[in-house]
Amino acid sequence: MTTTSAAAGWRFRQPSVIPGFGLTLGFSLVYLTLIILIPLSGLAWRSAALGWADFWRIVLDPRTVKALEISFGTALIAAAVNVVFGTVVAWVLVRYRFPGRRIVDAMVDLPFALPTAVAGIALTTLYAPNGWLGAPLMALGVKVAYTPLGIVMALIFIGLPFVVRTVQPIIEEIDREVEEAAATLGASRFQTITRVLAPGLLPAIVTGFALAFARGVGEYGSVIFIAGNLPKISEIAPLLIVIRLEEYNYAAATAIAAVMLALSFLMLLVINLLQSWSRRRYG
Amino acid sequence: MADPAIEIDDPEHDVQSAAITESRAARGVLMAIVFAFLGIFLVLPLIIVFQQALAKGIGAYFTALGDGDTRAAIRLTLIVAAIAVPLNVVFGLAAAWAIAKFEFKGKAFLTTLIDLPFSVSPVISGLVYVLLFGAQSALGPWLKAHGVEILFAVPGIVLATIFVTFPFVARELIPLMQEQGTGDEEAALSLGASGWQTFWYVTLPNIKWGLLYGVLLCNARAMGEFGAVSVVSGHIRGQTNTMPLHVEILYNEYNAVGAFAVASLLAGLALVTLVLKTVLEMRYGAEIAAARGH
Repeated sequence: MTTTSAAAGWRFRQPSVIPGFGLTLGFSLVYLTLIILIPLSGLAWRSAALGWADFWRIVLDPRTVKALEISFGTALIAAAVNVVFGTVVAWVLVRYRFPGRRIVDAMVDLPFALPTAVAGIALTTLYAPNGWLGAPLMALGVKVAYTPLGIVMALIFIGLPFVVRTVQPIIEEIDREVEEAAATLGASRFQTITRVLAPGLLPAIVTGFALAFARGVGEYGSVIFIAGNLPKISEIAPLLIVIRLEEYNYAAATAIAAVMLALSFLMLLVINLLQSWSRRRYG
Repeated sequence: MADPAIEIDDPEHDVQSAAITESRAARGVLMAIVFAFLGIFLVLPLIIVFQQALAKGIGAYFTALGDGDTRAAIRLTLIVAAIAVPLNVVFGLAAAWAIAKFEFKGKAFLTTLIDLPFSVSPVISGLVYVLLFGAQSALGPWLKAHGVEILFAVPGIVLATIFVTFPFVARELIPLMQEQGTGDEEAALSLGASGWQTFWYVTLPNIKWGLLYGVLLCNARAMGEFGAVSVVSGHIRGQTNTMPLHVEILYNEYNAVGAFAVASLLAGLALVTLVLKTVLEMRYGAEIAAARGH
């Protein structure tokens, strides 16, 4: 199977002696279309069919607005926390040599590998009022489980590897001579880090932040156990979609999903722009 | 990873780098922060899974795992992964071949589309199939009339799992195969190998560790997926309950030992995945795509 049809007129692809272009691209496109594109466009079509007035009535419903606020707000806080600690973790893993560094490095990927439901029940048990961490925090007057703070804790867990794994390779690539030059010119270590190294790391940190944020907004499994799920207080947007579905309110589920998806795509676009910008500037 | 020789702590090297590292005190503080943070956020949740699973003794643990519904959930999870992962492997190989070995218009756009499922909430990944195959859709009643059940049945769970694990293999292979270029394949073809021979004997050996790496991550997610599967499953005990869904049901029934016993199996899977992943990175780092993480 070779594709020559597309070569007519404007050149669809560069000529190559390697076979299989038509077969592999054809299969990829069919699979992509069936699994991803048709189902997703079904969602777009259904929300368009709602009509403008109905769509906004659902989206501007106070419970929906609040759920979106909670999802985006907690994801924002968690991503900000991860930027700080994730960057420190990445720095220590690249620069310091200590026993067990390999194990610590591997452990950072645990949130990628651990199923979200497992993370959810584990964190809830930890932070419950009688839990290992929940009890001492309760004594200090801080309630974590079944509050928005619990959501933030779950999202910190979920988002950590995104920041570490984005920043780590960039720290590895830093040319040590730049630091030596800064030190020779009389910069203190603190000045070297904040004035010389930080600007170079910034694009990666921003990308890591965006990835952790995007993942946090859509997160469901690890959050629903610890959140308490009180409407307008600790109910996240993905849970509200599930609740509307269970009520057979497909219109509402579709509209909330469409808003979340639109915001996620906007973020994907920003991530891609940031990545190409950072590659141009620092690549 | 750096040359292992550099990792050896020799005093001379330390003296040389004194000006370009933090003071001993600052290093101590940073290390303490990292250990405390990772201890609280990563290690404690992992420990508590096993602690809770074994809270009532080893006997209760195995009794919980021997339960009929639990075993049905384990079986279903294995079946779903056994269908979803190979399909995504075939797709990943095909997509990487087309994207890495050829230059064509719209390639960057196609690569972006492949990553799409990563930016979709798992709940929405399930919802799209409910909208497509549900009773309110155009397709749903027709399928029902013809005796085909997709929603609240195994096919729906498989579809949702394929959706969320869609990019894993492809995104490992694309950068790897792009880096390797087309020289080896061109040489094989010029020596008279057929397309399939070139793929089996030249390309596949070149990418085998990267492929394994992608399969590992794809499988971990396929077996652990919760949100997407939860929406399409219908939660029928013993029939459409995967392991993560069964964890939720047991937990909500206040059966902590049961929930954490199933969870401990999934946590074990996560640990095995991490160990294999680390071994692959250590031994075949250069043969795995440079882009680590997601």
